[in-house]
Amino acid sequence: MNNNETFDPVIIGFTCNWCSYRAADLAGTSRTKYPHNIRLIRLMCSGRLDPTFVFKALANGADGVMITGCHPGECHYLEQNYKALRRFHLLRRTLKGLGVEPERVKLVWASAAEGKKFATEVGSFVEEIRALGPLNWYRSNGRSPDDSGPTSHEPAPDLKEVPA
Amino acid sequence: MEKIGVYVCHCGTNIAGTVDVQEVAEWAAARLKHRGVVVGREYKFMCSSLGQELIEKDIKELGLTRVVVAACSPHLHENTFRTACKRAGLNPYLCELVSIREQVSWVHTDKDMATAKAMAVVSGGVERVLHHEALEPLKVSIHPDTLVVGGGIAGIQAALEIADAGYKVYLVEREPSIGGHMAQFDKTFPTLDCAACILTPKMVQAGTHPNIELLTWSEVEKVDGYVGNFSVTIRKKSRYVKTDLCTGCGICWEKCPKKVVDDVFEAGMGTRKAIYTPFAQAVPRYPVIDRANCTYYIKGTCKACEKFCPTSAIDFNQEDEIITVNVGNIVLATGYETFDAHRMAQYGYGRLPNVLTSIEFERMCNASGPTNGEILLRDGKSKPKAVGIVHCVGSRDKNYNEYCSVICCMQGLKFAHLVHERTGAEVYNFYIDMRTPFKGYEEFYQRVLEEGTHFIRGKVAEINDAPRTPEEQGKLIAQVEDTLVGVQMRIPLDMVILSVALEPRHDAKETAKRFGLSCSADGWFIEKHPKLDPVATMTEGILIAGCVQGPKDIPASVAQGAAAAARALGKIHAKEIALEPVRASVIEEKCSGCRICNGLCPFNAISFHEERMVTEINAALCQGCGTCVAACPAGAITGTGFSNEQIFAQIEGLLLLNVGEEPVPA
Repeated sequence: MNNNETFDPVIIGFTCNWCSYRAADLAGTSRTKYPHNIRLIRLMCSGRLDPTFVFKALANGADGVMITGCHPGECHYLEQNYKALRRFHLLRRTLKGLGVEPERVKLVWASAAEGKKFATEVGSFVEEIRALGPLNWYRSNGRSPDDSGPTSHEPAPDLKEVPA
Repeated sequence: MEKIGVYVCHCGTNIAGTVDVQEVAEWAAARLKHRGVVVGREYKFMCSSLGQELIEKDIKELGLTRVVVAACSPHLHENTFRTACKRAGLNPYLCELVSIREQVSWVHTDKDMATAKAMAVVSGGVERVLHHEALEPLKVSIHPDTLVVGGGIAGIQAALEIADAGYKVYLVEREPSIGGHMAQFDKTFPTLDCAACILTPKMVQAGTHPNIELLTWSEVEKVDGYVGNFSVTIRKKSRYVKTDLCTGCGICWEKCPKKVVDDVFEAGMGTRKAIYTPFAQAVPRYPVIDRANCTYYIKGTCKACEKFCPTSAIDFNQEDEIITVNVGNIVLATGYETFDAHRMAQYGYGRLPNVLTSIEFERMCNASGPTNGEILLRDGKSKPKAVGIVHCVGSRDKNYNEYCSVICCMQGLKFAHLVHERTGAEVYNFYIDMRTPFKGYEEFYQRVLEEGTHFIRGKVAEINDAPRTPEEQGKLIAQVEDTLVGVQMRIPLDMVILSVALEPRHDAKETAKRFGLSCSADGWFIEKHPKLDPVATMTEGILIAGCVQGPKDIPASVAQGAAAAARALGKIHAKEIALEPVRASVIEEKCSGCRICNGLCPFNAISFHEERMVTEINAALCQGCGTCVAACPAGAITGTGFSNEQIFAQIEGLLLLNVGEEPVPA
């Protein structure tokens, strides 16, 4: 975890139920490989993305966040992806103000037909984050992960070391 | 405390091949015990009846209050596991399906990493399910009327099936007559039925059916609402003919002095008048005036049609009419267009007069077409002695369309037979692969082989008119490699027919957007499931049929039309449908009345109550996108199924491992 070559980033991806989640499904059904570093959360629309979700993810140990949605003009809810776009720019500015590299948050448009694009974007984003290095926000906040909500309950004694 | 059951599916080896499912199940039972997980099991096929029974048994015997299934995409089996929970007496919305197949085993190769990610995904699901609420599905009523867009064979079939079952159908077609591409054809493979003989009775039936309202020369402008309750705005373009007075006698187009090349129905091979019906058997029989070419609109005088019309049906001042219809289901059957052969300059289309497209040749073959069914060169009198048919023009070609257009092989065989029969000419089929699946197709291929058609396996490199030998003088020359023999050939021909690809309509993207659908990379509309749900779409209540979903022949289009109709009828018959209860609602006590959310809803579901000074959300109009939930600064709006608590919990769960991996000293 100390140098960027062995650093294995963790990325949270927010997907839209109608396009990018289905792009991820398509990447799966067509067996298109991409790095294991991303973990996805399904939203109904990129417009549902509350910027606090991103802060929460970064604060809880994610090194980057990928926000995905329908291409401009193709939103299932007509225009809500534009609202995601507005929030995304605001979010990047806020992150910068907080001293976090804004590049840790990326916005990607992927239609339900773009499984390949989804996989490629994940691959390149993992490399971008790898180059930036670990964020370790929960540490630099002086917070132990053990006081951040549900995970704080006593861990099972026989906790196994599992790679991220 | 909640009792959670975690079930990890092997999916045969689909998941178990890359993820150590047993380790995931055991890990969840041990490591997530303090979160309420009381049982962690793995099973070969969770979706099988035995797998489902496993969950049902645990719910009953262990008193589970939440269920997490780690298996395939929720788009595939969410409903399966919810139903299993429901059978065991647990509210179906207390079940969470997390994807470790599409998102883990199928896209990753390293087993340790995939197993660790599966654990994280399960942990995310467990945290999330703790915040699930018991919900009831929303019930909405289904309006019994149906809109069918596109009056080709698929649309006609769908409309007739629904109308015959006793329900009203609006059949919208943008051309002056229904019939679609099939009406242009001469014969249909493999039986060589005349297309008009089998199609026109269906057109007449659609035109006279008491339950079908034909809206030809019309286009859908706007679609509002949702399944069961669509409100559709349709523009009835002005025909400049009063349809209530017109009898379709045909005197107007007989007397009209203006001849126009017909680029649509006759594919540029024939002419029509400025007031016209596209063909003799058109349904309805009412003509339209082509305003761009009508002498009256250009010069201000003429009005021959008006003078001769026996019922005074001509109305030069008619305006477009906008109507709104309410329907419960919509069937889209807007079909295809053919590839523009000009794009492949090496075949000389447009420069060499005797290079035709397949649609042009269809018109030429048609007994009611421009040559009365005679196969003639462009000089209008001589018959060809050698004809070449080039397959895959614009299909199976990385430069244009990668897909196979499905119909061209059989169409090429049909053309070969017709040329043989009518001219006795030598016929050359230039193919890449012969594809003749389905009933009676292979037999037809054998028949055409026996008729003496030459089959040359090779993609034609070029069609030119530059002779090198006396035999090539005045001929078209096809330069091709016969790849079975491995020799280059130059074949002199009199006529070349290009089997052009089927392509999505030029405005398919706009249509998709208007109806809330998505297109594949090629531009065809995406079905809900390519194998198991080919006529439904991701937008409930909108069905697709025929070539709009992808290239297909007439039998397949008819089958899809009927299938779409059956889908619509099922919903109409059930009278109501249960929808996902994913909706936003306002907690009034928290709402400060700031109105930030008010402008965010494209469905007008959000309104402001002036007296109480709070925002309200209309659940019937809300589509559940959650944009307002994300925007509310007071956290006063909640979105069922996707609440802040649920998402936050899922984030924590997903990141449990890497936080837990290296404990920070206190």
